[in-house]
Amino acid sequence: MRARPRAGTVLCAAIAGGWLAIALLGPWLPLAPTAVDLYALFAGPTLAEPLGRDDLGRSILARLLAGAHDSVLVALLVVAFSALFGTTFGMLIAWRGGLVDLIGMRVMDTFLAFPGILLAIGLSGMLGPGLGNVVIALSAMSWVGFARLARVQTLAMKTRDHVMVARALGTTDAAILRRHVLPLIAAPLLVEATFALAGVVLAEAGLSYLGLGAQPPAPSWGMMIRDASQFLLVAPHMVVGPGLALLSFVVAVNALGDGLRDRWQVQR
Amino acid sequence: MRLAIARLLSAAVVVLGVSAAVFLLVHLVPGDPIDALLGEAAANADRGALRQALGLDAPLAVQWWRFVSAAATGDLGTSLGTGRLVAALLAERLPYTAALALAALAVALAIAFPLGTLAALRAGGVLDALAGTASMLGAALPNFLLGPIFIIVFALWLGWFPIGGAEGPRAIVLPALTLGSGLAALLARMIRAALLEVLAEEHVRAARARGLGPLAILRHHVFPPAALPILTVVGAQLGALLGGAVITETVFGWPGLGQLAVEAIQRRDYPLVQGTVLVISVSYVVLNTLVDLLYARLDPRLENDAG
Repeated sequence: MRARPRAGTVLCAAIAGGWLAIALLGPWLPLAPTAVDLYALFAGPTLAEPLGRDDLGRSILARLLAGAHDSVLVALLVVAFSALFGTTFGMLIAWRGGLVDLIGMRVMDTFLAFPGILLAIGLSGMLGPGLGNVVIALSAMSWVGFARLARVQTLAMKTRDHVMVARALGTTDAAILRRHVLPLIAAPLLVEATFALAGVVLAEAGLSYLGLGAQPPAPSWGMMIRDASQFLLVAPHMVVGPGLALLSFVVAVNALGDGLRDRWQVQR
Repeated sequence: MRLAIARLLSAAVVVLGVSAAVFLLVHLVPGDPIDALLGEAAANADRGALRQALGLDAPLAVQWWRFVSAAATGDLGTSLGTGRLVAALLAERLPYTAALALAALAVALAIAFPLGTLAALRAGGVLDALAGTASMLGAALPNFLLGPIFIIVFALWLGWFPIGGAEGPRAIVLPALTLGSGLAALLARMIRAALLEVLAEEHVRAARARGLGPLAILRHHVFPPAALPILTVVGAQLGALLGGAVITETVFGWPGLGQLAVEAIQRRDYPLVQGTVLVISVSYVVLNTLVDLLYARLDPRLENDAG
């Protein structure tokens, strides 16, 4: 798409960075996300409690900020694992070529054959709920994107002069891949990582919406949306906070990805 | 022809791979599946009997082969919760998911085509910016958020459609809108890009120079060459559609395969989880293969360069 004005990218970076800071600081913020107030069930927004209270009278704002910790950190972990494993996998099969590449591609095809978040749903359903299992399930879903990209990019690098020279000079394969290939394919991988971050936050929220992610009473955005949707008639305000949090993070990160892509002129 | 055969072969390999992955899913259940089924306090004789009944005493590869050959004949085992055949349960739900996916695809195309076309024709204008913002929001709004918003507005406030379920023809509208909007957002972006590419080509300029009206140019010179890349995008998004159906069906209580999968997971009904995940994924592979074959048919160049 067209290059966005820089101001927009800066704003998006600020929003994404803000959520990241809240996620990292989460455990040290003076929040009481699980404090129940039975005299304030479904209380609407007030000045003191701008997002209102939920079905147990808990502060939605506090739950939102505390929930950022799980949602964003899980996503960062998943993207880190996926990028590391996927990139290594893709680079290696492309570098080896031949039968290894063929088998590696069929393995990737198999993972890609599970539509959308179905694999993550099936995996976390089998592994049982819990954040560790969510990380495994979502990584199983997202590594392929990195592997595919790294494979294609490495294939293109394989016949570049500097790589051939390094090879002729007897540089080890590992050193060539690390020093002469990886730096040149890092830009598209970073762009992919940005989009993956947004996708994984959505997928994590989807899993917790289905009850497969964080377990109550721990706050998580997806679960808050699920709770809220049970009380749409009584307390429509409950869905506003977590909905906007999720939306603002995903839009900001996606726009950041667009910005990086335009800047580095990466084609997707 | 060679391309078609190669494509079918690789689809067959992928289906085998998927069957292995789905088969292994059950072996990921922490601990002994027998414990999960009978509880740890069950008598040893019962455990042995169940182990044998489920075929869990054979080597893994043998178990997988049994699973695949049984699945090939339509035997996907028996649901633990209901005692009914998994295949029968799937057959009941499949039409609902197919109907929802088709309706959502129709919604997506109906939104994305005009939006993408207008954005491409007025690239850089206000309308383009609006369409861009709409598609950005649409791509970021998950179904489990959009669904409740639609429920509040169209079911609770306006009362036009039911809140959920599958009673009557109106019930499909909100789930299809929900599932279709996310896809529409993506498609609109892609259609805009595909059209812009064609609009910049010489033959379009030539047509304009010949004095053809904008509608005639679109119909004869822009849409036909843009159709192929758009078809590819639609094919690639079928996965998002089927995967998204799982959550959308849960939001609206739409009795399709996705809802069945979620229910099966919640009840720890492993054969049913296996069956639903297998059927959804294999349908996806089949659909993708069909799109590819269609693509090869529409684009004669592919048949010749196919290696």
